[in-house]
Amino acid sequence: MATTEEPRAPETLFSTISGVENEPLYTPEQVSVDHDRDLGLPGEFPFTRGVYPSMYRGRLWTMRQFAGFGTAAETNERFRYLLEHGQTGLSTAFDMPTLMGYDSDHPRSEGEVGREGVAIDSLQDMETLFAGIPLGEVSTSMTINSPAAILLAFYLCVGEEQGVARERLRGTIQTDILKEYIAQKEYIFPPEPSMRLVTDMVEFCSLEMPLWHPISISGYHIREAGSTAAQELAFTLADGFTYVEWALERGLDVDDFAPRLSFFFNAHLDFFEEIAKYRAARRIWATLMRDKYGAKNPKSWLMRFHTQTAGVSLTAQQPEVNIVRTAIEALAAVLGGTQSLHTNSYDEALALPTEDAVRIALRTQQVIAHETGVVNTIDPLGGSYYVEHLTNELERQAYEYFDRIARLGGVVAAIKENFFQRELADASFTYQAEVEAEQRVVVGVNRYKLKGEPELELLKIDPALEAQQIDRVQALRARRDSAAVEQALARLKDDAAHDGRNLMGPIIDASRAYVTMGEMCDAFREVWGTWRETPVF
Amino acid sequence: MAGKIRVVIAKPGLDGHDRGAKIIARALRDAGMEVIYTGLHQTPEQIVETAIQEDADAVGISILSGAHMTLVPRILDLLRSQGAEDLLVLVGGTIPQDDVTELKKQGVAEVFTPGAPTSEIVEFLQGRVPV
Repeated sequence: MATTEEPRAPETLFSTISGVENEPLYTPEQVSVDHDRDLGLPGEFPFTRGVYPSMYRGRLWTMRQFAGFGTAAETNERFRYLLEHGQTGLSTAFDMPTLMGYDSDHPRSEGEVGREGVAIDSLQDMETLFAGIPLGEVSTSMTINSPAAILLAFYLCVGEEQGVARERLRGTIQTDILKEYIAQKEYIFPPEPSMRLVTDMVEFCSLEMPLWHPISISGYHIREAGSTAAQELAFTLADGFTYVEWALERGLDVDDFAPRLSFFFNAHLDFFEEIAKYRAARRIWATLMRDKYGAKNPKSWLMRFHTQTAGVSLTAQQPEVNIVRTAIEALAAVLGGTQSLHTNSYDEALALPTEDAVRIALRTQQVIAHETGVVNTIDPLGGSYYVEHLTNELERQAYEYFDRIARLGGVVAAIKENFFQRELADASFTYQAEVEAEQRVVVGVNRYKLKGEPELELLKIDPALEAQQIDRVQALRARRDSAAVEQALARLKDDAAHDGRNLMGPIIDASRAYVTMGEMCDAFREVWGTWRETPVF
Repeated sequence: MAGKIRVVIAKPGLDGHDRGAKIIARALRDAGMEVIYTGLHQTPEQIVETAIQEDADAVGISILSGAHMTLVPRILDLLRSQGAEDLLVLVGGTIPQDDVTELKKQGVAEVFTPGAPTSEIVEFLQGRVPV
């Protein structure tokens, strides 16, 4: 293996991964920061330095590894494994059919059941998924968007069965449909009825589930789809403000729901840029929530966020090196003040992670938390000329994007015009071209390659699971009270056809009658239709 | 225009990860090929129909959902049953090595996994499609 030191090739870029030009040195002349106005103390407006006065000295971030594969019973085992190993919150990955609103026995689900996450067809599967896990004591995150309302209803019903009232359930459900149209493309219905469903959840949670976060406004997938850090920041916040506007339109008071909005960002490799991104995000959110949307409760100004290291930065080549990448990304998230963190496993460019790989990923967080000392001082990079410059620069770029989006008529209109989709396609193509021109080095991919990669032990999903899951949902359909199912579905369709009726109640009733997720989504498809984008590349 | 390599880039299955598909589509277009991108959530039947209708020389299947061992063989079968087995089938995505071997045995011309440069795909097509 080559170990020689090489001079930097003249074509190598000095800009951040997002293309922000870097000066060789920053001095007070380039950076104007007023500490009280622009930074504030931690826990004080505009929260640039962190959302809590004591940050990690008071309480570490929540170590939350995303997990889910195969059947509910298997994922239940992985959950218990993670809780035994010191994880403090659960995070559920669902399979593609669940994310897209198809039951496991739907023809479009073939080959996909349990592959990328756990298959959930009905309340029955949810009961299995959380068997033996006291819902009053854990906080649970669920990554699901189009059918989020249905999964929230299932969770609430499992809580009821365990004797835990909905007011006591703690957790987050992603629900962020706007970034689906922008980036991840797991949409079912057109944007307007989707936004209505989201707003129904926000309204319901503000009244009945005060500890629940009904939306996790997500930049993660925008970044994974190829955006720059500035685009991740800008588009995510623009989405967040759009949810606020819809809820205000519904007649909710901003301070009744805004404290429960939370965010989810990527942690990519460009270390300082990522830290600056989190700092800028907090400042923008606080400023606009207070000054534009009139929030008076300081909790409405706080941007709390979850972070996941960048899946897209992982390489299939020399996968062990991914442990290093993930550690650096995780450190950026911590220095940026995250409230919870998922570290990717080193084998994820190849398959879903094995148990060993997941343990190393969790240990990475534990090393940062307990061995490095970075938790001792809040926002340790605050006041760095470079980091403050980057924070200002990302903020400036975000406001520029807000203006462009406003000129297009807002986020929903911009989605329909393919604005975001085009921005992402351009940014990801530019990055790929830079890598291929070796202007950006990816260790093990375009430099320091190994001949003959060693084989890794990968997690295999048993193909027999799909048949088992299909039997399970079909047996359920045969067993349940079909009159109750028909009645629940009829009400769901009727309420869906009438704006102004909150759909959470009928969805919960349908869940209790063991109406499947696919059946509920079909009812909505019938009333609202489906969404197809015109692809651009 | 005659003489251009015609490629259909297709996204079968339910996953929406279209970053790779779009980058490949653009790189092939920039290399002078005629590229038709199907968009998301295509069934094997839709993909084969598009490939035949568009008189494609090759179809590139981008798949990251783990369903490749179900969906790709079905596309190969459909192509065979329609007499289009000479159409070059390429696959891109997170495909474990064992599955790569099996897919190639079944008739896939090449599998490109994460990290493959677009230039490699361009060269592969230029080498295999007579223009």
